[in-house]
Amino acid sequence: MGVIENRFGPNIIVTTVDKAINWARKCSLWPLGFGLACCAIEMISTGASRYDLARFGMEVFRASPRQADLMIIAGTVTKKIAPRLRLLYEQMPEKKYVVAMGGCAIAGGPFYDSYSVVKRVDLIVPVDVYIPGCAPRPEALLHGLLKLREKIDRETIARKGN
Amino acid sequence: MGDSSEENAAGRSTIIDLLIKTFPDSASVVQERINWPAVRVKLAVLPEVARFLRESPDLAFDYLTCVSGIDLKDRSPRFDLVYHLVSLQHKHVLVLKVGVGEDEEVPSLVSVWKGADWHEREAYDLLGISFSGHPDLRRILLPDEWKGHPLRKDYVLAEEDKFAGD
Repeated sequence: MGVIENRFGPNIIVTTVDKAINWARKCSLWPLGFGLACCAIEMISTGASRYDLARFGMEVFRASPRQADLMIIAGTVTKKIAPRLRLLYEQMPEKKYVVAMGGCAIAGGPFYDSYSVVKRVDLIVPVDVYIPGCAPRPEALLHGLLKLREKIDRETIARKGN
Repeated sequence: MGDSSEENAAGRSTIIDLLIKTFPDSASVVQERINWPAVRVKLAVLPEVARFLRESPDLAFDYLTCVSGIDLKDRSPRFDLVYHLVSLQHKHVLVLKVGVGEDEEVPSLVSVWKGADWHEREAYDLLGISFSGHPDLRRILLPDEWKGHPLRKDYVLAEEDKFAGD
């Protein structure tokens, strides 16, 4: 009976909007190609074949902030780069995520009492995941990025997850 | 590099002797336990000495590797500038030291060694040593609006930069 009967059965998945959006978002993060210091080497290594960030759909590092939704702050943030870092963050489209990678970005690292280094990068941009280490190995960065995926999974369309 | 000086046009001690002979009132040997032969010269003759080192054929120091500034705080003159020179042609080296007072201007050596440009800007940026005749003397590492010169011994760390954990 009816035109649509038995015609769409194999093609319909029932889910929530939240689940669908979160799934799409977390499986296709686009990181910004933005390295500040030695942590960037580990980040590059994570993106290369051995650690293979492509497994999680994040391998396409973009050269423009307008095409990226994930900023990995890999390295020491100096007072001179801080305004540029904020500008890059503001140029990224919503929703955007920030990962602070390594001791320098989290708490100044070995430069904790230096005249030229920003003491914590969360004074400049809001941070979602902190990855400690000096520098964190690719496994650690991957772990942090998987934590970010879990965090995105908890989001609703009403507000950003925490 | 120190051992190769035997086959040079001018050996280790010859360079210093030649300098002291040419500038008898303004140059003296520095007795320090470093591998490079070192000479201290007076600020007033610095450009002449530099030109002599670069242009005399037996010395031919064609490469200025580094210009370092030192803040000695209580000494007068307060600063030391250290020039590390290499002759790629003769494979010999020399350290040139100059004392600089707080209010003194150092004649820029950019016209002798082009590589002095950024080194002098760094000395100006971090120690506040000013160079006369420099083509573009502005900060090189710190932001343009920075106040003070942080490698001076009496530089006071900004309140937010002090470590609260101790």
